[in-house]
Amino acid sequence: MHRFANPARFLRLAKAVLPWSTGLAVGLIAVGLTLGLVVAPADYRQGESVRIMFVHVPAAWMALFCYTFMALASAVALIWKHPLADLAAKATAPIGASFTLIALLTGALWGQPMWGTWWVWDARLTSVLILLFLYLGYIALWQAFDDETHAAKAAAILALVGFVNVPIIHFSVEWWNTLHQPASVFRVGGPTIHGSMLAPLLLMGAGFTAYFVSVLILRLRSEIAARKLRTLRLAEVDR
Amino acid sequence: MSSLTDFLAMGGYAPFVWPAFAAAAIIMGTLAVFSRRVLRANEATLEALRAERRAAREEASPGVALETENET
Repeated sequence: MHRFANPARFLRLAKAVLPWSTGLAVGLIAVGLTLGLVVAPADYRQGESVRIMFVHVPAAWMALFCYTFMALASAVALIWKHPLADLAAKATAPIGASFTLIALLTGALWGQPMWGTWWVWDARLTSVLILLFLYLGYIALWQAFDDETHAAKAAAILALVGFVNVPIIHFSVEWWNTLHQPASVFRVGGPTIHGSMLAPLLLMGAGFTAYFVSVLILRLRSEIAARKLRTLRLAEVDR
Repeated sequence: MSSLTDFLAMGGYAPFVWPAFAAAAIIMGTLAVFSRRVLRANEATLEALRAERRAAREEASPGVALETENET
């Protein structure tokens, strides 16, 4: 980790990784979509609408994964003052917010034909909506301070405090009586979902993760450049 | 041909299935495009500013190289 405290070293690694992560993302998502849209069978109760699962579930997984990554990066920034950690967290937030939005929208499109409603204030849906607000609040905090170091610290604290929402989201379908169905993959006793549906799910999850890596690299490089710009401009003012 | 129509119809759930996949594609695509765009803009501005500084330094003290610039 300390080896990548030097932005130049990180940037060299990032430039090497980017074409691979992008290629992987495209490939995995292409195969996942083919299996999910064409090969996987329709559900005996939900019919073809079950195919929405192949974007809804991976997006929800990524929403939680991104927030966990953001909270971890924030902790590293606060505790070890690693110079790239707060930028990594900042770069992740819009990606996590996008996945959360996808999960909410695709969930509503799935809920309307299956449940008869676009929305319900059950524990799962409500806590994921709160996750979206946390992402947006985190992004807003970075803009709210004149001094970037203050912004970074405030944002890091919000990320860490908000992390309690992540296990709440995961266990919401167990702890409360929810319309949203219980876990079928990440559960004690292993997945209960059939292999023909699990395979495209996992492929889409992997593809979305590779996409996350690519976009994170783009955004982090951007943040590093922006920080250098600020430093250069500040140096000019001092002269 | 009828199997393509069947595929697109998604057993009657087409108005829900296709917008769901479209929303995911649009959001993920837009995020990627905008991220790349902002990166290009920042890197271009940074390079322009550095070039300006280098030119100014050459004018002030010709032939003196500055080693502290962390070029990437």
